[in-house]
Amino acid sequence: MSEASATLVAHRAAQFDDAAQQRESSVLGMWLFIATEVLFFGVLFAGYTFSRVRFPQAFADGGARTDLLLGSIETGILLLSSCLAALAVRDVRFGACRAAGRLLWGTAMLGVAFLVLHGVEYHAEYGEALVPGIRYHPSGHPQPAMMIFFCLYYAITGFHSLHVAIGVALLSRMAREASRGAFSADYFAPVEVTALYWHLVDIVWIFVYPLVYLVGRST
Amino acid sequence: MNSSDRAPHPENYLTAGEPGLWSWLRTHDHKRIGILYAVGITFFFFLGGIAATLIRLNLVTPAGTLMSAETYNKAFTLHGVVMVWFFLIPSIPATLGNFLLPLMIGARDVAFPRLNLFSWYLYVGGGLFTIGALLLGGVDTGWTFYTPFSTMFSNTHVVLAVVGVFVVGFSSILTGINFIVTVHTMRAVGMHWFRLPLFVWALYATSLVMVLATPVLAMTLSLIALERLLGVGIFDPALGGDPLLFQHFFWFYSHPAVYIMILPAMGVVSELITCGVRRQIFGYRFMAWSMMAIAVIGFMVWGHHMFVAGQSMYAGIVFSILSFVVAVPSAIKVFNWVATLYKGTIDFHAPMLYALGFVGLFMLGGLTGLFLAATALDVNLTDTYFVVAHFHYIMVGGSVMAYLGGIHFWWPKITGRLYPEGPARFAAILMFFGFNFTFFPQYLLGYLGMPRRYHAYPEPFQWLNVLSSAGASILAVSYLMPLCYLGWSLWRGAPAGTNPWRATGLEWTTPSPPPVHNFPLPPVVNEGPYRYRP
Amino acid sequence: MMPTTLQASSIAPDIDALFNAMLVLSSVVVVGVFGTMIVFCVRYRRGSPADRTERKNQSLAVELTWTLVPLALFIGLFGWSIGLWQRLQTPPADAAVIYVVAKQWMWKAQHPNGQREINALHVPLGQPVRLVMTSEDVIHSFYVPAFRVKQDVLPGRYTQLWFTATRLGHFTLFCAEFCGTDHAAMQGDVEVLPPGLYAQWLERHASATLASRGASLFRQLGCSGCHGGQSTVHAPDLNGLYGRTVALSDGSHIVADDRYLHDSIMLPALQVVAGYAPIMPSYQGRIGEEDVLALVAYLKSPAREYAHEQQ
Repeated sequence: MSEASATLVAHRAAQFDDAAQQRESSVLGMWLFIATEVLFFGVLFAGYTFSRVRFPQAFADGGARTDLLLGSIETGILLLSSCLAALAVRDVRFGACRAAGRLLWGTAMLGVAFLVLHGVEYHAEYGEALVPGIRYHPSGHPQPAMMIFFCLYYAITGFHSLHVAIGVALLSRMAREASRGAFSADYFAPVEVTALYWHLVDIVWIFVYPLVYLVGRST
Repeated sequence: MNSSDRAPHPENYLTAGEPGLWSWLRTHDHKRIGILYAVGITFFFFLGGIAATLIRLNLVTPAGTLMSAETYNKAFTLHGVVMVWFFLIPSIPATLGNFLLPLMIGARDVAFPRLNLFSWYLYVGGGLFTIGALLLGGVDTGWTFYTPFSTMFSNTHVVLAVVGVFVVGFSSILTGINFIVTVHTMRAVGMHWFRLPLFVWALYATSLVMVLATPVLAMTLSLIALERLLGVGIFDPALGGDPLLFQHFFWFYSHPAVYIMILPAMGVVSELITCGVRRQIFGYRFMAWSMMAIAVIGFMVWGHHMFVAGQSMYAGIVFSILSFVVAVPSAIKVFNWVATLYKGTIDFHAPMLYALGFVGLFMLGGLTGLFLAATALDVNLTDTYFVVAHFHYIMVGGSVMAYLGGIHFWWPKITGRLYPEGPARFAAILMFFGFNFTFFPQYLLGYLGMPRRYHAYPEPFQWLNVLSSAGASILAVSYLMPLCYLGWSLWRGAPAGTNPWRATGLEWTTPSPPPVHNFPLPPVVNEGPYRYRP
Repeated sequence: MMPTTLQASSIAPDIDALFNAMLVLSSVVVVGVFGTMIVFCVRYRRGSPADRTERKNQSLAVELTWTLVPLALFIGLFGWSIGLWQRLQTPPADAAVIYVVAKQWMWKAQHPNGQREINALHVPLGQPVRLVMTSEDVIHSFYVPAFRVKQDVLPGRYTQLWFTATRLGHFTLFCAEFCGTDHAAMQGDVEVLPPGLYAQWLERHASATLASRGASLFRQLGCSGCHGGQSTVHAPDLNGLYGRTVALSDGSHIVADDRYLHDSIMLPALQVVAGYAPIMPSYQGRIGEEDVLALVAYLKSPAREYAHEQQ
């Protein structure tokens, strides 16, 4: 029995009839999970939209106090990491399992870099006393509604960072498995769905970045 | 009659593997997981029922002297939270759905068995948080957690309760994902979409709603928790926040949630009626599509909970027409069920009695929903006992009766035992009368102006309250009866055989109880469902 | 005989007409469906000799009929209801205003002439009354079953409801939105008096009008220190403000309605007028909603009265 079909047989879970069914199920399952995440974050985006329409000045003020440089670097990091994840999936589909492993490690490390940078942001915001409910004495005379901006900012970026952390853990696990040659052209669904999840994490950030960092900068 | 019909099949999912609780707690078998859920659901039903008993006892006297206002408020909150999230939403999908879905489509298990077990642990974990909130003194916000009362004024364990609901919500989401994928990818050869039993369609539509609506609840509850813990948030009017925003978020989930509670019941009823009548369902495709229509339109009507909340007049108009429209597919289903009776051969066994009871009570509840959809009438009726009666007719007269009907119908398959038919019929009929006795007076109470969530009320409302409480005692007896005789049947019930009802459906082609992987050989399907030959 | 609620407002008979029509229609449906079910169950029970041959399992014509007929009926009912809904939502221009403040767990009403009451509301017979309501804490709901009206009362904004009482007597007011421990106790008494007696009642305990109370508050709280004619502080002129369009510092425009005036006192930094620094202190927590209503009434009063007070 070839190595590829041995992998196939070894990985086929008992409830499935064949590998194609297993792969189809994994991918569909991840897409459904992604749909739930869209609705989960959707509430925060809806709340943000509603509040921003009511308090444009307060939101502009709040947006201007975020760290545009770090936010932009983080955006670049995530975009690059998604690129690496996509390349990893392509590699594993063509049987280059160990190369995919290296790419997956790269993705995971970029995720860690994102978290570190965001931690630096939070630290600075704490220093500037911009954390509602914990330490909030903003300089200048901002409107009270700016507190709402920051509540939403921490909720959105906090939940997002949690998802990034989970993604880093998943990617690391996939990277380790890939380095050991666990995947092949016939069996790569775990990598595929992990990459899908990571793309979701990236896309959420693509919405967060302009709404949080770019608002109010043009004035 | 061969030997396998005389006793429950020796090698089945109940007896397989290592004996003992530990193997059950690590099971990946959808059938065992269904039973694990059934245990939890039964526990929570009786916990919610105790709260209901206290409520109805307190309401016997106008002054409400049985308990203080605080305790009463905690009782109706507990009743709502437990019954909605820990009983109704999981009841049919997580017990009957888990058990039957793979069997009905000819699969060995669901798509993600380990995720299925994890869902059960989330259910238990969420339940522990909620029970923790109860033991620490309870919550008094109502199951609807309206702000700013829940975020800034209540001094009860709101965060603990909200965490419990958040966790159980993810149980729901993961179950939904599991079911959708299972239906898409694991149907047996020849089982194309329009050969699926209607219960499978119902589970599919329900799962779509679970997957898309529940995340909204999760985030909304997180925002409440944040506002309580940090003292700031987006619902606080003193900051410029908006308490009405909470209501929009909450009802955007909670209206579809009521369809999560009724769609599976509708699926069960189609199964029970076709077997009880021994005919094909009338209008199969309309029945399937109407459930999908309910799922979709159900997302567009949430504002009908907020007609007097401070929405604009135009929002009231839009939500009103959509609420009328969503009633149409439900009406179609009622007519189709009645038409199915035509030229059938009807057996009045307990599942059929429950199904007929469902059709009647669901129709009464649904018609009163139309009153509430009419904005001008809703102004008077909302926040009164009219609404309480409306939703209990649908959820208790509807969903609970369908759940019990399904439990009885598939009891032989699940346990390998027959339940005693006499007591079962008696309980079903008693339940129908007890239910009406309890909840019909509440329509009158609401029409006459008695608001809901009142622990004391003006004297003229007393006689209707006493009537309702008397009915509740009958209803309680009718719920205790199945607990007794179904439990009894586990030890002394006659062996069921493979197909005691002579029903169609793949689940009836495999032994009772089924073997671990459901079918000795993967089934091949050549025809649609309900091919009864009279 | 089933008791019915009194019809004590101009819209109550119309609301009841729609309700009764729906009741009749529903009863017809219930009798029809239940009746059919019973007939079928008896006729087609196992062992009966009824003819069971040639049964169709689907029929597009039948399905369309029982889809479109209910839909048409529903649209008719919807149309009828919307006419009533618009009436409920549109107070007549000549409606007399009464201000209501809800708090845990009582109702406080203020008549413009200064008459105040707690857990009671006196209104005249036959004259439209518009209630402008707000809450000091959580959401409550003002509900008078006899008038067939209900409206949630929210903190941080004004909601309104209107009615014309058509019957003399006492009618119960309930709070209909769960608001905490004594939600069930938060009841009141609405008394409808003939117009003559109502006018007498208004004068009986009349103290300062709401607007003149507002004028006193305006001085006591220091508002005139910045907004008065003699002030050296650069603050917007409030003369004739109510109903004007105001340009805000973020470039938008807003009409100075009740809510704007309320928020300008309680949350002044929320909407700063263009050309002014956001230095006005907030009165949140320093004054209650009833005092805000008095100030708002004062700011809405005719310019001459306002100018007179300024001297």
